[in-house]
Amino acid sequence: MLQASPRVALFVTCLVDLHRPTVGFAAIRLLEQAGCQVEVPRAQTCCGQPAYNSGDRDTARDLALGILEAFGGYDYIVVPSGSCGGMLRHHLPTLFEDDPNLRARAEALAARTYELVSFLTDVMGLERVAGAASGTVTYHDSCSGLRELGIKAQPRRLLEALGVTVKEMADPDVCCGFGGTFCVKYPEISTRMVSDKSADIAATGAETVLAGDLGCLLNIAGRLKREGSAVKVRHVAEVLAGMTGAVPPIGEAG
Amino acid sequence: MLSTSPAFKENARKAINDAGLQKALARTKPQFHGKRAKAVAGLPEFERLRDIGRDIKNHTLAHLDFYLETWAANVERAGGQVHWCASADDARAAVLGICERVGARTVTKGKSMISEELGINEHLEQHGITPVETDLGEYILQLRHEPPSHIIGPAFHLNREDWEESFRRAHTDLPADRVFHERRDILTEARAKLRARFLAADVGITGANFLIAETGSSVIVTNEGNGDLTQTLPRVHIVLASLEKMVPTLEDATNMLRLLARSATGQDFSVYTTFSTGVRREGDLDGPEEYHVVLLDNGRSAMLGTEFQDMLRCIRCAACMNHCPVYNVVGGHAYGSVYPGPMGAVLTPTLIGVDQAGNLPNASTFCGRCESVCPVKIPLPKMMRHWREREFERHLTPATVRTNLALWGFVARRPGLYRLVTRIGAGALGWLGRRRGRLSRLPFAGGWTAGRDLPAPEGDTFFARYAREQRGKGGRA
Repeated sequence: MLQASPRVALFVTCLVDLHRPTVGFAAIRLLEQAGCQVEVPRAQTCCGQPAYNSGDRDTARDLALGILEAFGGYDYIVVPSGSCGGMLRHHLPTLFEDDPNLRARAEALAARTYELVSFLTDVMGLERVAGAASGTVTYHDSCSGLRELGIKAQPRRLLEALGVTVKEMADPDVCCGFGGTFCVKYPEISTRMVSDKSADIAATGAETVLAGDLGCLLNIAGRLKREGSAVKVRHVAEVLAGMTGAVPPIGEAG
Repeated sequence: MLSTSPAFKENARKAINDAGLQKALARTKPQFHGKRAKAVAGLPEFERLRDIGRDIKNHTLAHLDFYLETWAANVERAGGQVHWCASADDARAAVLGICERVGARTVTKGKSMISEELGINEHLEQHGITPVETDLGEYILQLRHEPPSHIIGPAFHLNREDWEESFRRAHTDLPADRVFHERRDILTEARAKLRARFLAADVGITGANFLIAETGSSVIVTNEGNGDLTQTLPRVHIVLASLEKMVPTLEDATNMLRLLARSATGQDFSVYTTFSTGVRREGDLDGPEEYHVVLLDNGRSAMLGTEFQDMLRCIRCAACMNHCPVYNVVGGHAYGSVYPGPMGAVLTPTLIGVDQAGNLPNASTFCGRCESVCPVKIPLPKMMRHWREREFERHLTPATVRTNLALWGFVARRPGLYRLVTRIGAGALGWLGRRRGRLSRLPFAGGWTAGRDLPAPEGDTFFARYAREQRGKGGRA
């Protein structure tokens, strides 16, 4: 049964903390508008994906222990990223296969963890968010959000309810080539993948490209700007929270 | 085939700059994606069928010893022979032994990835026996002395002009100025060349898509019919199969076949699906006098009971590579091994060692598209990650990566220190990029900035701003 005012812990994520704090504030605004009490546990750092996906399970496990400590006791943990959200929801418990107690704690935490837009729609049941917006956007489905968390229609629905026109690119579900450490380990392949993505984005004629993951967005913005494209790049939460005035698009000066 | 997997990065760079290859790879989308999607959409129970396929394979692998013995007994009952081969060497020796015993001079071959894994052609040639590939793709690759780049479309990396050029160079008995008006003309020429070879062959070698325990049969699917001519015309039929091709019953094989063609080519069913059981019986109109199965292990049984066991469910449909954004950019040869793409990234380290093949499970963004189309739901990204874990445990991960990870791990374990480091980093990058909102160059970030700008951070970290705001509100946090 959904509580009237659930206590929600925001998992900020490294990239939002370091690169684009506005996304974190947009998440807080959206959650509060949805009636949640939002807290930001201070002891958080990283979900551990860089270690986990590099085969370094010990470091990933240490960080996971820190997450279990910092995020216990909340009704929900909400993450403005499908990638970090997928890490907490699907992979964290696998780090404690040898310890039934920790595994149970990790599973309990995983079950309470949601990506931001999925939480607003699937858990809080929102059909629309406050405010209005206009213009044409295209939406890139980040891989983890799409395939690990089933996020596809939710952001589009909220955007359209705001008054935004969503114009689909070809293959919105194909990876942009970011892939965490992949983009620096195999830069030529990554660059080629993001070039294909930027071409698909440009072909829509949309003014703005949105996604729910900063990793993809930095990659896509980096390529579009290198190509001299005028397409704006933003995290979906900035648009949904009506905070596009607070910060210039990714990769652009104010 | 000599592995060039250690040179994957260099191979990939060349592939990206190879205009002909890129032209060929552009066919992936129309040729494979759309057709598979349409075939899947046309079968409402396809998702349930994937579960059934996974369960059939899991059950078989859990009782593999039983099914292998049952199958082998049934092969022998039908007059066939099973050659149990632990290694590639054993399998090569078994094939050569049969060919030499029957005095074979020419051997026709249907498409078989096990044949590639074993390097059968080179081995036979070294012993004076001529192998003739009869699958069109394999045929041109034999003319060009190239390995396959794709497990179901071996010559997928070639364009029509490559075909014409190779045929003109190889078929010197035909008029040099002949014109190939359309694709069919190439097919017709190949057919004419191959027909005589089919009739002259002493032995026919095929692969097997499935082995059926309850009947001792082997199954092949083709679209050209070359497999049937290869296995029915010569006196001796040799089947090359690895042990995970096993399914318990005909009913199971039928379910797997429903998955295979849809996942592979988007057909409901392949044009030819042929079941072979033993030797020609009295009264049979055709069939071989000898039926041999060279059953290969080559490291597979060692995967049983490990985190890589699920890989043995693979039915070689190629959906994973067709839908892999990395394969789509670099093609199959860049992987430098027999099996490319996601399934190859998991299987190849088993065959040649993760020290040789380490690049392959690393060259993935873990986008998960491969797993989402796999007909038997193999968790390919998860298993690539397991290879990365083995690499890390064995200190095969590059030193710079390990050092960076250790440094980052040290900081990330300490939230206070982490706050400080991120503030300095965000501040510095924000300041550097303050005018344009991005950086075009940055020391130690050449991998990123060679092909794209680095968007500049806002400047302050979230936590610094949040702490300020909370203080402003009277310190709620």
